[in-house]
Amino acid sequence: MSLLRAEEISVHFGGVKAVQQVSFAVEEGEVFSIVGPNGAGKTTIFNLISRIYDVSGGRVWFNGRDITTVPTHKIAQLGIARTFQNTELFEQETVLNNMLIGCHTHRRTNLFSELLFLPGVRKQELQFRRRVEDVIDLLDLQSYREQVIANLPYGVRKMVEIARALCLAPKLLLLDEPSSGLNPEETEDLVFWLEDINQELGITVIMVEHDMNLVSQASDRVMAVADGQLITIGAPQAVQAHPEVLRAYLGD
Amino acid sequence: MRFIRKTSYEQDINLVKHGGHLLWYGLLLALVFSGPLWLDRFLLGEFSLVFIYAIAGLGLMLLVGYTGLVSLGHAAFLAIGAYTHAYLLNLGVPLPGAMLSAALFSALIGGLVGIPALRMTGIYLAVATLAFAVIVEQVLVHWESVTGGFRGMAVPRPQLLGIQLGQPVSFYYLCLGILLVCMLLVMNILRSPTGRSMTAVRDSETSAESMGVHLARTKTLAFALSAAFTGLAGALFAHRLTYLAPDAFTLITSIQLLLMVVVGGLGSLHGVIYGAIFIGLLPQGIALLRDTVPPAISQIPGLEPAVFGLILILFLIYEPLGIYGRWRKIRLFFEEFPLYRKSTYKRQKSFLRTERLH
Repeated sequence: MSLLRAEEISVHFGGVKAVQQVSFAVEEGEVFSIVGPNGAGKTTIFNLISRIYDVSGGRVWFNGRDITTVPTHKIAQLGIARTFQNTELFEQETVLNNMLIGCHTHRRTNLFSELLFLPGVRKQELQFRRRVEDVIDLLDLQSYREQVIANLPYGVRKMVEIARALCLAPKLLLLDEPSSGLNPEETEDLVFWLEDINQELGITVIMVEHDMNLVSQASDRVMAVADGQLITIGAPQAVQAHPEVLRAYLGD
Repeated sequence: MRFIRKTSYEQDINLVKHGGHLLWYGLLLALVFSGPLWLDRFLLGEFSLVFIYAIAGLGLMLLVGYTGLVSLGHAAFLAIGAYTHAYLLNLGVPLPGAMLSAALFSALIGGLVGIPALRMTGIYLAVATLAFAVIVEQVLVHWESVTGGFRGMAVPRPQLLGIQLGQPVSFYYLCLGILLVCMLLVMNILRSPTGRSMTAVRDSETSAESMGVHLARTKTLAFALSAAFTGLAGALFAHRLTYLAPDAFTLITSIQLLLMVVVGGLGSLHGVIYGAIFIGLLPQGIALLRDTVPPAISQIPGLEPAVFGLILILFLIYEPLGIYGRWRKIRLFFEEFPLYRKSTYKRQKSFLRTERLH
């Protein structure tokens, strides 16, 4: 059974058909990339999976469960974490606090115990912190721990966003253009980290990406979309050579 | 400059981060606890008022400074707290019971107000809360059987187990004690998941939701908590006024409360205290000023609100981080002297933000 399955999902905003009857399935443990020219609907597909948009038609299944109408905040609890194209971090907070928010779905305490900061709350905070430190170790963020996001360069923010998503301990990680704004060196590091995330932590990854180099190095399968429609799904090399994909990128 | 060696995660969780904290806040506590030794009766009363403002400010800071929701109607919660408290005291309910009920009833109303506020932000929310404050003011005027209408309502003197708490000294300690408890509660919230979810909502709703934060619940909770603290402050305010009438809880009061958190510094608890000292003692400052400036100026009607407004505008233009922000800059200047860079607190404009999805 696939981890994530989209059945003919569509969404339209007024007359604009952003995504039209796209179907695909992502298997557990793979790295699945979505490519396509600007405006193809890649990010919209992400927003449909993470329930920021409602689908106009079709269904989305995750882990055997229909998530088409699940409320947005429940998505994280089910084990889907995401990053955003232009980073959506909590800017006035430290890296540490941003990552602690990532642990929010694992919260077991209630308001009253928190008001009094009962021992249970302290224990939970320590657990959260250990989880955060594991992720900091994985992504080498030690030197930024106490920095406020607003002071950090863009490349680091991108990594902090991935780190925050990992604190959820998700089954599925959605990365929206993880390499945009990174320099070539940082992009190379990203390939290694993606491998670590995928193989060591066993997290399934779906990413939207423009950097074909990164896509072919890191992903198992690639889906190409253009104008809201699915063109093809297959191995990276096969997709890159597909005549329809070339036409979508280069024109006739 | 202080460098802290961290050897345990507890150090980041504890409220007292290092020895310096213990020393300075200890000294501050000793100073305020010894207040009655070196303050006269009048100033004791003024400082009690500062403490009351600070309690209300804690509530408003949670809402405005930490959750990012603006309220122009907090005088209404102050009023609800004050009237509930006085009404229950008149019925013979003991002081702690009446106070707690005032806070809980305010919280309930706050939660209800929070529900329509879920769909509004910024200026729209400010207008909606303003409307709420106007409604409450009308209710105070017209619900005569409970509030006494324009005639008002007498507030019984505070007493607990036969001990009078209405004297300047005992009332000073009552307000101080409640303020300290409230501060502890707020600090606890801010270092646990609830507080973090509030700041998450403030900084990015979309991403908070994607991290599993329930937006509606968080905002309603922020309103309810905020109203509870403000309601509690209202209960103490009732004793300070000794006689309640609707004209004590007008739009000006709401603006003063908002002014307090903005001038103090949004997003910091220090800011609450600075702001409370500021608005608590400013009228005295203006009164002193009146004696020294020529009568042509000191006799201008409406001088006080004008000065309030002027200060608010100056702060918004020159020091949006408030008194606390200014204090941090001064401290950094001395810590890094002579290497202080003026641009440390200049922020680059943030381009490249994902457009709001809601």
